[in-house]
This record gives sequence, structure tokens and C-alpha cells, in this order.
Amino acid sequence: MNLLELRRLEVSYGGIKAVKGIDLGVPKGELVCLIGTNGAGKTTTLKAISGLLPVAADAILYDGKPIGGTPAFELVRRGLALVPEGRGVFGQLSVLENLAMGAYVRSDAVAVKRDLERVLSLFPRLAERSGQSAGTLSGGEQQMLAIGRALMSRPKLLLLDEPSMGLAPLMVQKIFETILEVAKEGVTILLVEQNARLALEVSSRGYVMETGLITLSGPARELLVDPKVRAAYLGESE
Amino acid sequence: MDIFLQQIINGLTLGSVYAIVALGYTMVYGIIQLINFAHGELVMIGAMVAFTVIGALADTALPPVLIVFAGILAAVPACMLVGYAMERVAYRPLRGAPRLAPLITAIGISIILQHLAMLIWSRNPLAFPQIIPLVRFYIGGAIITGVQIAIILASVLMMGALTLMVYRTKLGIAMRATSQNPQVAGLMGIDINRIISFTFIVGAGLAAVAGVMVGTYYGIAHYSMGALLGMKAFSAAVLGGIGNLAGAMLGGILLGVVEALGAGYIGDLTNNVFGSNYQDVFAFLVLIAVLVFRPSGLLGERVGDRA
Repeated sequence: MNLLELRRLEVSYGGIKAVKGIDLGVPKGELVCLIGTNGAGKTTTLKAISGLLPVAADAILYDGKPIGGTPAFELVRRGLALVPEGRGVFGQLSVLENLAMGAYVRSDAVAVKRDLERVLSLFPRLAERSGQSAGTLSGGEQQMLAIGRALMSRPKLLLLDEPSMGLAPLMVQKIFETILEVAKEGVTILLVEQNARLALEVSSRGYVMETGLITLSGPARELLVDPKVRAAYLGESE
Repeated sequence: MDIFLQQIINGLTLGSVYAIVALGYTMVYGIIQLINFAHGELVMIGAMVAFTVIGALADTALPPVLIVFAGILAAVPACMLVGYAMERVAYRPLRGAPRLAPLITAIGISIILQHLAMLIWSRNPLAFPQIIPLVRFYIGGAIITGVQIAIILASVLMMGALTLMVYRTKLGIAMRATSQNPQVAGLMGIDINRIISFTFIVGAGLAAVAGVMVGTYYGIAHYSMGALLGMKAFSAAVLGGIGNLAGAMLGGILLGVVEALGAGYIGDLTNNVFGSNYQDVFAFLVLIAVLVFRPSGLLGERVGDRA
């Protein structure tokens, strides 16, 4: 059963139709990736799902119910969390305060404390820097914080927008290991990435997006060996 | 009598009031980057409502402190309601508009509120009934009155409570998160409209108490008292670095002290060419001088540092 389903989703952004009617499904408990080049409409799609852009209600189904156009702050309560492109940490808030904001909608203090410990053990670097303001962290640490913060809301569906962007290879590896770990715990994930190989290697299904349309989709294993994907996204000749 | 010490005491009193009002300007600016020019009018409404209640209770046998307290108790919710309505009706529909639109609206709201107050309370000033016995304490050749002590103490208490709220509570962290990045704050589940309403309500509550304090201090309240006071408190917020809470407190107190010292010494300094009635000019001169050398205010961040 699909936890998230897009049905002919169209999104206009600044007067331009950036997403031109796409269908996409994310089955419960799976990790699905959406790959494509810069400007293909991937980020716009994620923004629409998480309630940051206006779209038709029935173009997005979450847990079987239409949620298109529902404001972001309400979707968080229903278990949907977005780690935005560029991380979006609150630079002047401390690491702990950022994590506390991740749990803003929750009132079960005991469980929140347990989740905080879990996030800090997942990212020991954050524990070392818990009192520091987030703006002083390195790019990779900020990405850890952004993911940790999203986990603090105990999401059912985690949307990740370009988690590898601007990070050193070693850090990218660390981030992806964590993403896999989170997925193993049963969190459903929709991953948007430019690093197609890495994304397909960790996903069960993949979608390829080009200029606002889905041009290819299928099991990630098959996409990895698809000649068109290899040529366009994995940097190999046909 | 020690003029210097005396003017410091007077300046701290006035500065405390400026600081409390400046906090309202700086909080709203911090969260939606709007200079709420109608904020001074909230101070006026606070004073008028309180004076109405205090005047009505003046002839009863109630102890004076209780009467003033009743005045505050009426003024605070009244101002909170006006502050909330102001944001809801006038500023929220303009959230996405160019920044000049809400700014001009704020000036319009200020004029509307002044004239409404004139219709309700007339052009004549309301006088504070003589119910509080004059208590004086002598310290080192200067005099501090009971009212001054009460104003300074109440201000320090409010500043402390506000600081605790903003830096120690979940709601306060959410306010700071919203001011840094409203879109991401929404992704955390924060209803930013509620946070913005809350900010206006807290600012209005502080303004109400400031209105009662300044009215009690000078002994009168009138429909146009908010204009100059608001302008000075706004200047104090800019002096400290707009958007910065500690800056508003520091700027307010500094402006009060500078103004009082100006009033005390300007005659001597200029061979009595200018009298103490030039204190406002003196205060604004200092403001301009500071801003020439530190355009972002004393504690303000450099522009571009905002996350």
C-alpha cells in the first residue's frame, strides 16, 4: 500500500509550470528516490508535498487522504517531515534548541527525551556540540542536525531534499549510512538526489524526472543498469 | 542637591519605560520585519483605560496600590485586544505585500487610534487623581520617589520575565525560530500566524503597563501622548539594534539617561542659550551620533548575518 501517492501533480512556481502532471507512489516502509538534473522540478515536488506550495488537494494522497495545499505545520502533526534543501537549520539557535523545535508538535516529554538520546547517539558529533549555535557547525554537521531535527517529530514519511549537496565524500557516506539506518527502522522515505548512483543504491524504487515530467521509473536495481540512466545520470557512455 | 545623581535616577525611571515600549517595537520587527508605528498608541490606550478605571475607583476606600493595580488589570487585556486586532485586520492581509505597504498602514492605524481615543476621552488630558502619597527617599544628595522605585522595579521584573520566556520556554524558542526562518518554522509544525499574534499580544501587554507607568509618573494622560513616546522608544530600539531584545533594553535605558542628563546640563553647557526643554533634541542628537558610527545599533548584528 502506498503511504504517499502523487496523481497527475501539477505545480506552478513563479508563474512557470515546474511540475507538469506527475504520478508517483511511495509504498509504506520503503525508500524511494527521485533523481534528475538541476531544475527538473524535484525540489518543487517536495515543497508541494510538504505544504509549502499551493496545489490541488486530490493531487497528493497521504495515507489514502488528499492533503494537497494543506499548510506545512498541520502536515507535521500527521507524521510528515521535510529536510529542506540547504538544510534550513536555525543558525542562531543552539543544536539542542533546533532539535527541540523538531519535537515542537509533541507533548510526550518522556518519549521526546528518549528520541533526543537516540538522535544524539545516531550523530555523536551533535552531542559534542549540543550547546553551540547551529550556524557555527560545518555543512555536514548541519545536515546531520537537519535530519536529526526531522526525526524528532517521529515522522512516518520523511522527505529528504539533496542531503548530499555540498558535502565531502566521507560525510556523504556517513549521511547515507544514517538514512539507511532510519529506513531500516521502518520510516518511509522519499529521497530527492542529484547523486543518482548513491540514491539508487540505497533505494528500492526510483523515479527519474526531467523538465517537470517523470520519464522513467522502476525498481532501483533495474534503473542502475538501464543504459539511458547510465548515460545521462551515472556518467557512463552507452 | 546632587544634580548628576538626581538626573541619573530620573533618567533610569524614564529609560525603564522607554525600554519596555522599545521591546514591543523590536519584538514585532524581529518576527515580521515591520516597524509598527502604531505601537506608541497602545501605550496611550493603556494609560487612558487605566486612568478611567483609577478615576472611577479614586473615591472608594480601597488602598491606592490596589486601585492602580485594578487600572493595570483593565489596561493590559484592553491593549492586548487592540494589538491582536491590529495585526489581524491591518497587517496580516499585507504579509506578502511590498514592505512599504504595511509601514504606511501602520502610520494610518496610529492616526486612527489617536482619533478614536479623542472621540472616547475628548481632547482634554485626564489627570491622575491624587491618591498616591508622595514617598521620598534620600540617597547621596538626590531624591528617589516611591513611584520611581515602583517603575524601575516593575520594568526590571518584566524584562526578566520576557527574557526567560524567550530564551527558556518552548514558545520562546519557537518565536526565535520563526523570526529566523518562518518557512522552516512551519516545517517544524509551528503555526507562525499564532506566533505572530502572540508576539503582538505580548508587546501590547508591555505597552499597557508602560502607559500606566508613564501616566502615573507625569500625572496626566492624553490622546496624543503615544506619538512622541513611541518615536523615542522606536529610536531606543534602533539605538540598541532593532530586532535584538537586550538591545531594546539597553537602548531604552541609555536614551532615558542621556535625555535626563541633557535636561540637567544643557543650560550650563550652552550658557543658557538652550534650556532643559531642548532635552529631546539632545537625545536625538546622541542617537544620530551613535548611528553614524554603528549603523546597526549598539548590539545589532551586521546585516547579512541573519540566518
